[in-house]
Amino acid sequence: MSTPWYRRLSDGLSRSREHLGGQLNVLLRKGPDLDAAFWEELEDTLIAGDMGATAVTEVVERLRDAAARKALPDAHAVLDHLAGELAAEFPTDSDFLKHPPVTVLVVGVNGTGKTTTVGKLAKEAADAGHVVLLGSGDTFRAAAGEQLDIWADRAGVPMVKRDRGADPAAVVFDTIAEAKRGGAAVTLIDTAGRLHTSADLMRELEKVQRVAERESEAPVKVLLVMDATTGQNGLAQAREFDSALGVDGIALTKLDGTAKGGIAVAIARELRLPILRIGVGEGIEDLKPFDPLDFTRALIGEV
Amino acid sequence: MFDNLSKRLQDIFSNLTGKGRLSEADVDAAMREIRLALLEADVNFKVVKEFVAVVRERAVGEDVMRSLTPGQTVVGIVLDELTNLLGGTSARLTLTNRIPNVILLVGLQGSGKTTAAAKLANHLRKQGKRPLMVACDIYRPAAIEQLETLGRELGIPVFRGEGADAAGIASAGVKEAVSTMRDVVLVDTAGRLHIDEEMMDEAVRIKTAVSPDQILMVVDAMTGQDAVNTADAFAQRVDFDGVLMTKLDGDARGGAALSVRNVTGKPIVFASVGEKLDALEPFYPDRMAKRILGMGDVVGLIEKARDTIDADDAEALEQKLRTAAFTLDDFLVQLRQIKKMGGVTSLLGMLPGAGKLKGGVPEVDERQLDRVAAIIHSMTPQERAKPQVINGSRRQRIANGSGVTVTEVNQLLKQFAEVRKLMKQFQKDGGKRLRGLKLPPGFGQLG
Repeated sequence: MSTPWYRRLSDGLSRSREHLGGQLNVLLRKGPDLDAAFWEELEDTLIAGDMGATAVTEVVERLRDAAARKALPDAHAVLDHLAGELAAEFPTDSDFLKHPPVTVLVVGVNGTGKTTTVGKLAKEAADAGHVVLLGSGDTFRAAAGEQLDIWADRAGVPMVKRDRGADPAAVVFDTIAEAKRGGAAVTLIDTAGRLHTSADLMRELEKVQRVAERESEAPVKVLLVMDATTGQNGLAQAREFDSALGVDGIALTKLDGTAKGGIAVAIARELRLPILRIGVGEGIEDLKPFDPLDFTRALIGEV
Repeated sequence: MFDNLSKRLQDIFSNLTGKGRLSEADVDAAMREIRLALLEADVNFKVVKEFVAVVRERAVGEDVMRSLTPGQTVVGIVLDELTNLLGGTSARLTLTNRIPNVILLVGLQGSGKTTAAAKLANHLRKQGKRPLMVACDIYRPAAIEQLETLGRELGIPVFRGEGADAAGIASAGVKEAVSTMRDVVLVDTAGRLHIDEEMMDEAVRIKTAVSPDQILMVVDAMTGQDAVNTADAFAQRVDFDGVLMTKLDGDARGGAALSVRNVTGKPIVFASVGEKLDALEPFYPDRMAKRILGMGDVVGLIEKARDTIDADDAEALEQKLRTAAFTLDDFLVQLRQIKKMGGVTSLLGMLPGAGKLKGGVPEVDERQLDRVAAIIHSMTPQERAKPQVINGSRRQRIANGSGVTVTEVNQLLKQFAEVRKLMKQFQKDGGKRLRGLKLPPGFGQLG
């Protein structure tokens, strides 16, 4: 038996905390004074967490104003206030992954962990007692189908795939036909990673979505998988996928590393997209619901 | 690539260069802007601090204040320092005399190691090497199958071992290379988060087992501030020799590229710039710095042309242009060459001042080229040589054959006729009329 998930989650987050907290604690050890050094280090910390320099400058400027008006007496108050304020940026839409029947297209740029996320979601839905079907729509990357096969086995759910190079829309067609036949409540469709700048590949995805919406009796939702180590480019990713397909939710992966995923704040702020899951490890159980306040606390290094 | 940063810096500079004198306040304002531009491009915040301090110090120095074009001098300083940041002169992959040479690829999950291994193998084979790829990622489901599939596509052998001992598989792979007369071994390893000690230990064990001649760290160009932490951790534990940047074909801001070298002292050796297996290029810091500052990469453009365009073809084409015997078939050949060189967008990006075009480098629909090719493919040889025979019913047939409208066929023919006319002019008056040059067909929609 490996470490229980909550341990791993808090381990992962505390690693983030240690790292960020390290910097902030130095600050707090000097006392709760709001001096120039505090503000500069707070700014550096948030920038280092990938929140984006423009947003950070704006946020810190506002906090300084509030502090000058004595609205925020000390560093503890500033950090508390900040955590709450950032957490409030995240929309709390209902979680479509928990409301079958549903057909989910899992999309994103290369290497964010789409296939792994599909595997983990399959396990989650199967454990919740739903009939699950996977579709391997990544017909481009070598062995993507085999990779999903293994996850399907681990989750104990069936999967539809075609040969490499096949039209992904055809895989979607087959998958949904099979879902209807087998009465699947949760249909999860993996797609090939693509850079959001690649116009033709984005059009391919639009076609996949069209086919899914035409064929599926269940509502079709789009889950964007994003890598927490992504920098400011992440906003462009989310924007492009959203404008092409209309993204319904985000899964933020690789949060068990040292990256803070601060770009998620910018995305929440601009696009109002909810984060539905976070990936905190390589195991099949390591996909967790997202808690905004936990997340922003980790981001600013508070315990 | 780097378009965003490039555009912002050029905007800052166009403010500076307009001025005859620069006060310290002007420089400070520019430095604040540069700082923000670099941070928004994901350059590590510590690197940014250092960079801005160095540039500022040089920019308020005597030379700039005395210069007649102080703005230009500041741009020069930024170019200098940017080149330094990217690693100064270029670093090449250095292979030794040992046979086989062993190259180890390490990196985070999802950075693109397996694909990079295949691209690198392909690159080395083009240089006359006989590579063998060794699949040591025994953790990610189907990672080995992925490498095998890529190997099959390239016709490059892949060694896969049995069991769960990655270091053992790597050693066996090297032995396999010796017995099958392969002179370079590329070892693909499991991805890891650098905090994962276990995986890091495994990388060290593989390193000890095969004593690689080169260790390359594969870094995703889209990585944010965390890039330097990871690179630093890898530098401490496995001590790599150089970096292979992936996904530089998107709109990555280039922060990782600009930071990694500075923090680890390791050069960027290769850049991966596309999905195809031949989309791997050596990395030249000086050229990249110029591209970021909108000064273009003309040397790179010429090299690209030289690598892709066959000299005989070029000569034959020149001859045809001279005699105005240019046909639609010749045009098709040209289209293919543009595609081979990476498409219109990538070529435009290498031209000086491209970033200053309205709205950056124009979004070119590369499929427009395919459509033009399809139209020409639907013509008979006679029609291609003598487009004037194409009448109404032929137009309809061509349009049907290529799945476009008659209007599009007409457009192509019209533009082609103009190009031909222009060539005749060119012959007559030796190029005086060249100023009126129109873009060749297919580029009609670009302007």
